[in-house]
Amino acid sequence: MAEGSLLTDTLIYLGAAVVCVPVAKRLGLGSVLGYLIAGVAIGPWGLRLVGDPQSTLHFAEFGVVLMLFLIGLEIDLNRLTALRRAVFGGGSMQMLVCGALLAAAFVSFRLPWIGAIVAALAVAMSSTAIATQTLNEKNQLGTALGRTAFGVLLFQDIVAIPLIAVVPLLGSGERQPGSSAWIATATALAAIAGVIALGRFVMRPLIRVIAAVDVREIFTAFALLLVIGVALVMTFAGLSMGLGAFLVGALFASSEYRHALEGDIEPFKGLLLGLFFIAIGMSIDVGLIGAQPGTLALLVATILAVKGVALALLARRLGVPARERWLFAALLAQGGEFAFVVLGAARDAQVLPGTWGALLNAAVALSMAATPLLVIGAERWATRRAAQREDDVIEDAQAPVIIAGFGRYGQIIGRMLRVHGVSATVLDHDPDNIELVARFGYKVFYGDATRLDLLQAAGAANARLLVVAIDQIEDSLKLVDLARTHFPNLQMVVRARNVRHWLELAARGIDTAERETFESALRTGRQALERLGMAPYEARELADTFRRNNQATLQAMRPHFQDQEKLVALARSGLNELEENLRRDREARGQSVKQDWE
Amino acid sequence: MITLIYAHPHPHRSVGSRALLTAVRDLPGLSVRSLYDLYPDLSIDVDAERAALVAARLVIWQHPLYWYGVPALLKLWFESVLTEGWAFGSQRALAGKDCLWVTTTGGARDAFSPGGRHELPFEAFVPPVAQTARFCGMNFLTPIVVYGPHRMAADVLQRHAGDYKALLADYGARHG
Repeated sequence: MAEGSLLTDTLIYLGAAVVCVPVAKRLGLGSVLGYLIAGVAIGPWGLRLVGDPQSTLHFAEFGVVLMLFLIGLEIDLNRLTALRRAVFGGGSMQMLVCGALLAAAFVSFRLPWIGAIVAALAVAMSSTAIATQTLNEKNQLGTALGRTAFGVLLFQDIVAIPLIAVVPLLGSGERQPGSSAWIATATALAAIAGVIALGRFVMRPLIRVIAAVDVREIFTAFALLLVIGVALVMTFAGLSMGLGAFLVGALFASSEYRHALEGDIEPFKGLLLGLFFIAIGMSIDVGLIGAQPGTLALLVATILAVKGVALALLARRLGVPARERWLFAALLAQGGEFAFVVLGAARDAQVLPGTWGALLNAAVALSMAATPLLVIGAERWATRRAAQREDDVIEDAQAPVIIAGFGRYGQIIGRMLRVHGVSATVLDHDPDNIELVARFGYKVFYGDATRLDLLQAAGAANARLLVVAIDQIEDSLKLVDLARTHFPNLQMVVRARNVRHWLELAARGIDTAERETFESALRTGRQALERLGMAPYEARELADTFRRNNQATLQAMRPHFQDQEKLVALARSGLNELEENLRRDREARGQSVKQDWE
Repeated sequence: MITLIYAHPHPHRSVGSRALLTAVRDLPGLSVRSLYDLYPDLSIDVDAERAALVAARLVIWQHPLYWYGVPALLKLWFESVLTEGWAFGSQRALAGKDCLWVTTTGGARDAFSPGGRHELPFEAFVPPVAQTARFCGMNFLTPIVVYGPHRMAADVLQRHAGDYKALLADYGARHG
């Protein structure tokens, strides 16, 4: 029975995902690799539990479409224009450089030159699904790295369209009339304009009507309908479904229904994207790997090496921070979904001879599977590189103040001291950060502040004050201990990351530690009360009272800082007491008749 | 017990106030609360201030004269510490205590006279402070005012400081 097999398939897909993904995540490999392994396991070359990876892949591609829609929701048109440089500058450079180098490599593998160019352009494109999913998992979509990578991916989405359209014309298959390219372009532009107009003038008013009906699942149905409809219009015009979905998403980015759309689409996207990765895993032709392991290994290595090196070199020009350049390369070095489509078209048009189509297909799938491992490698390399750099040699530092850690926190302190005419010797161990602040005229020494020789060289023996503003709690405590032991006269002011850190510092006799978020959170709390109608000065007084109570609670916690339960109990009783006091104050104020004044 | 409430926003730049404070600060039984050092963010710990007042027999308000009155933080201290239900009204926590006002001026003595820059004698500016103390039931002692200490010869200023110290030492001896 058809329903039976649908349910069985669903059971197998979900079961494989539920088993493989948590294991992969536990091992630090990321969810993508988990799905891919699940796909290999259940696919035609594994347990053969499900057949026909191609139709699954086709269906699951919709997960990528939904993902691009969601990304579009995050990027309104203003930010889209700001992305322009990354998209057109970065994207075109990437395609040109990677395409040219790969074409040269393929020609040297004795591919005819047209076939080599087509294959090179197909493989030069990266996997939007893998790259954005990985960025998303690492919370990196909003960083310089994420924005640049996304710009490059977006350009590939655009460039894939003419590529897919042109490939059939290259082959020895039947030639279409020359005017068809113009017609195709015109249809494409008309479709984009149509989608934008439809979104703006029909869908946005319509969504209001649908939302007013106030039936939850109808809103969900509408959201899916919207994306599927646009995807079909785009396919009809020979365009990328993902690009259309992205455009519509961007149109709704400034809509008040943005979050509702996000919430409704997100689970579908997650599951379908997982299915997509499973299908990629299923389509990896393990038989071919067995038959031509050498050729495949060479192809995969060529793709990853050529693209990786080219991307790492480009990253510098695209403004990716030095430390993240190999991560950027690892994220985009694989071949992508479009490669399958372009290679399929090329095979149909007989542009690629013999088994090259199948070989390249397998190589792309394997390069995708390699991505999570490459990303892990690139991250390890980045941390090792940061650790390996030799400490700077500090000559006769005489400044009265040493600042350890010159990130967002330390910089503010350093600037305050500087405007007061106090010079400071600054230590930091993030090369990118040092490069950055050097541009503002700060001399920062590279080095690990928790090392005694470096502290000595920085003048700790004669300095009056050590500002400990480093990020890592362990390093911070280590530095405090070191300074206490070797420079007992050196005063310290310390940034505390959280209450536990504060208590650890207090246990070491540091009473100048400031919790890094406390004061700014109080100010935000005041803003909140003011927006609710409290007068500004009253909000300030309330914040003062809150601070005093909170600090008293902290002091009460000091003897018990190893006892988690006691800490929670103290925090709770402190807050209760505060509430009680404020309530009594309010009542007293309400009752007071200022009779004494009269 | 003497509690000295000291209000100078820039204690290290002070000449007169500092000389007076230095003279008395180590007297036995006297504790100084330097408001601007305790509360640089103007956030007064009312409970701590009240505890210090309750413990005292004599309360001193010492500060430079700003705009014919007390500096902002001391005025804020009046408003937040000496409130109804504690200092006056249902409770009168300070009733019966002695209160001494000690201040220094920028102008010389003759500036505080009908023909001088301030036109009025110093006594004209006493009532608001005196009445604050009396309203709380405190016994307001004759205030001490040192005119223009920054232009004074060092030995004259030291004599004023010495008199101040003698007065407080005597008070301490009489009241234990």
